[in-house]
Amino acid sequence: MKWQATIGLEVHVQLATQSKIFSGAPTAYGAPPNTQACPVDLGLPGVLPVLNEQAVRMAVRFGLAIGAQINERCVFDRKNYFYPDLPKGYQISQLDHPIVGRGKLEFALPDGAQRTVTITRAHLEEDAGKSVHDAVPGATAVDLNRAGTPLLEVVSEPEMHTPAEAAAYFRALWQLVRAIGICDGQLQEGSMRCDANVSVAPTGSDTLGERTEIKNINSFRFVERAVRYEIERQIDVLESGGRIVRETRLYDDERDETRSMRAKELSDDYRYFPDPDLLPVEIDAAFIEAVRADMPELPSARQARFETDLGLPADRAAALAEDAELANYFEAMTAAEADPVLAANWLLNDVAARLNADELGIRQSPVAAEDLAMLVRRLSDDTLSSKTARTVFDRLWAGARGVDAIIEQEGLKQMDDSDALAAIVAEVVAGNPDQAEQFRAGKDKVLGFFVGQIMKRTQGKANPKQVNILLREALK
Amino acid sequence: MSVRDISQALAAGSYSSVEITRRYLQTAESRNDAINGYISITPEVALAQAEAADARRGRGEATPLTGVPMAHKDIFCTRGVRTTCGSRMLANFVSPYDATVVEQLAHAGAVMLGKTNMDEFAMGSSNENSSFGAVSNPWDTGRVPGGSSGGSAAVVAAGMAPFATGTDTGGSIRQPAAFCGVSGLKPTYGRVSRYGMIAFASSLDQGGPMARTVADLALPFAYMAGFDARDSTSAQRSEPWLEAMRQGEVPQQSNGLRIGLPAEYMAKAGDSGAALEAAIKALEALGHSIRPVHLPHTEAAVPAYYVVAGAEASTNLSRYDGVRFGHRAEHPTDLTDLYERSRTEGFGAEVKRRILTGTYVLSVGYYDAYYRQAQKVRRLIQQDFLQAFTDVDVLLTPTTPNVAFAKAALTQDPVAMYAQDVFTTPASLAGLPALSLPCGFLDGLPLGMQLIAPHFEEQRLLALGAQYQEATDWHTRTPEFAP
Repeated sequence: MKWQATIGLEVHVQLATQSKIFSGAPTAYGAPPNTQACPVDLGLPGVLPVLNEQAVRMAVRFGLAIGAQINERCVFDRKNYFYPDLPKGYQISQLDHPIVGRGKLEFALPDGAQRTVTITRAHLEEDAGKSVHDAVPGATAVDLNRAGTPLLEVVSEPEMHTPAEAAAYFRALWQLVRAIGICDGQLQEGSMRCDANVSVAPTGSDTLGERTEIKNINSFRFVERAVRYEIERQIDVLESGGRIVRETRLYDDERDETRSMRAKELSDDYRYFPDPDLLPVEIDAAFIEAVRADMPELPSARQARFETDLGLPADRAAALAEDAELANYFEAMTAAEADPVLAANWLLNDVAARLNADELGIRQSPVAAEDLAMLVRRLSDDTLSSKTARTVFDRLWAGARGVDAIIEQEGLKQMDDSDALAAIVAEVVAGNPDQAEQFRAGKDKVLGFFVGQIMKRTQGKANPKQVNILLREALK
Repeated sequence: MSVRDISQALAAGSYSSVEITRRYLQTAESRNDAINGYISITPEVALAQAEAADARRGRGEATPLTGVPMAHKDIFCTRGVRTTCGSRMLANFVSPYDATVVEQLAHAGAVMLGKTNMDEFAMGSSNENSSFGAVSNPWDTGRVPGGSSGGSAAVVAAGMAPFATGTDTGGSIRQPAAFCGVSGLKPTYGRVSRYGMIAFASSLDQGGPMARTVADLALPFAYMAGFDARDSTSAQRSEPWLEAMRQGEVPQQSNGLRIGLPAEYMAKAGDSGAALEAAIKALEALGHSIRPVHLPHTEAAVPAYYVVAGAEASTNLSRYDGVRFGHRAEHPTDLTDLYERSRTEGFGAEVKRRILTGTYVLSVGYYDAYYRQAQKVRRLIQQDFLQAFTDVDVLLTPTTPNVAFAKAALTQDPVAMYAQDVFTTPASLAGLPALSLPCGFLDGLPLGMQLIAPHFEEQRLLALGAQYQEATDWHTRTPEFAP
């Protein structure tokens, strides 16, 4: 039998607000345990939540970016369950009236095919704290720093069918939330966490199979692997005559498998009801328009602008636009009058390779955009050859500043004294009569030999175009 | 002594805040064995605040409340002084922050004598549900003072504090005020910040003042009221009369008001019937007109109230799990055991009953039949009132169906106990301001009447109540208290 998998993702996006969603405590990552939890986050007797308007603004921004309906009135509900890292015994979330309604996300698969996935809804909620199992011997410790961090839970329709598609969707969402500045996108810090709902059914069946939910996946690679594993597991179960049990599973990245966490057959009763401590949130057109006016350029619009205004080829424009910080860096270079195509090439080739090798992001690049822009300008005006440019780049990477100063110090300026160069060319031709004869006999390849000799004599500073012209002259 | 007398005497320099505070501390200490109105008496805090108040007066920076002693219901969080909410669960809980009400009264210079007894988590109508022992009614120590603000009502009635704060969810200020022969105001929902007031039922809870007379409610009310950015349900309003009240003004009633008598309430007036007739005559004599009105959904108020309040309470009390604060079971074997035993040991029977019923009404399959239905009833009751207020300015009703009952009389019958709230829950569900004030006696026990006004019209209630008290003397009677 042939099987078709169906995948839906629920992605928790940590919003990059300064303070928590219902309290004034800071949200910064990595503080010592329980130092960023105020009485409200601790759920002390008598405390009350007050909604952070910035979180609302970010949710609306997301809604606009996916072309969704922004609900005029949204309601916060209590989701009741007991857990040590859930201080109040309930999580404030949104059930029936989420802030963001139906929208869609467009993205490309690795093979270049375009896909559109429907986003059912996105709602605001508070994060829980963390249970730490290895901090205190024989006990579980609770760190409530994260408690109350604003989350936007983005729920997709079950419209994806392959692990690669699921991973591409997650990546596209990651790019989008960073581009619109609502999430720092630090996956290793848990800034985006994904739950995957997976089911399989015989190909062509019009009903979906029973689904399982894989919890808390936090990288693109793991989404792909966890979903792949789960699809294969379900097919195995079904093909050996078994039945899929509705349950929550956990992906173990070390063993590359999913494991059952708890059966969901009796479906948890969270006793949702509207939180009486919070009034319904009314969002009017003026608020939405203000958010819209404030909206950063979306990656798709940016890519189009890079292509039409700056003349970048589509693949280069896309590669830059999909990473907001890289695109910002690129635009800082073009603002400093670097040639766009050269700038893009440098960024996506030399710079990207070095960043990759040193495991750095563009934000941590030791080379300032202004310096790299100047390097590109010196290439354009033929002061540098591509070879000497790399030398300058090495110096910049090592911490030197000022492209012109480096060129000066290192004596890398391309020879533009054509008499001197002509003399060197004449010398080299005279010193290698056999090769000169071969060239004249029609063996064009020998030209490379002469260029190499001349470059060696000039330590790479000769202008290759000029060398070419002078050589052909001298070899006539 | 009245709040106004003390305020004036302090202003005139007849005595200092330290002196009057000492006198109240003495009375409180000596009578508390018999009344049990205080869970904590805090002489050190009181005297320090009194000294500060005297110094402030010396600098010419006193408000009319500066140096006036008072008591807080033990539901208001007080930094450094334990806040028990009447529960074993919080027997040792010391809040790291002050409730907004506590902060505002302290800021005005009021002096806290202690924290008053209450039904556990404000759940009860007799104060017998306190983990710190029942409170006795100063008029007859064999009887209950009402609840849940029974401690506040009793200490005011017994002269152990000039005024006290209370909270009212379904009648918890008004019913004990009636039983103890004092005046109590439940303000409009949203008028007084709930921040730091331990939650029972968030959509109903409202803090308010309790004092001997209506005139004495105005000053503390004005300092308790006001917008608080820390409470999302707090109302953002600016009313000049509130500011005038903070300066010591008592609102005056001159115009003839249209006073509505809801037929559904009067039919069940019981013990209060005769006293209400007399009150009606007194009000008419003051130039007000009386007319009958109908509030047809009144009967559904008590059940709707117990569904809504139970639902909210069941989740408000989830935070008491033994993990971070409050009672924690010893030697838990695992997480479930920690939860179960901490809550079993920490909560009393009535609290457990309400958590269970509240959990039930929110459960899948029952939500629509109970919680959603109760919300519908709530809207109908609100509409009843809005309709009535198109015809009348204020409503007059009994506060309770009977005088204070004997201790243990209703403890075995929760439904009969809940029926005590028949006249007070409707205004709670509608979020309306309501005042209870003494209107007579039956067999030596006080009776109370209730005035209900449209949203945010506390001024009207206080003005009318004060005017009534100028014409009557029920409020001047004090229990022949034998310690």
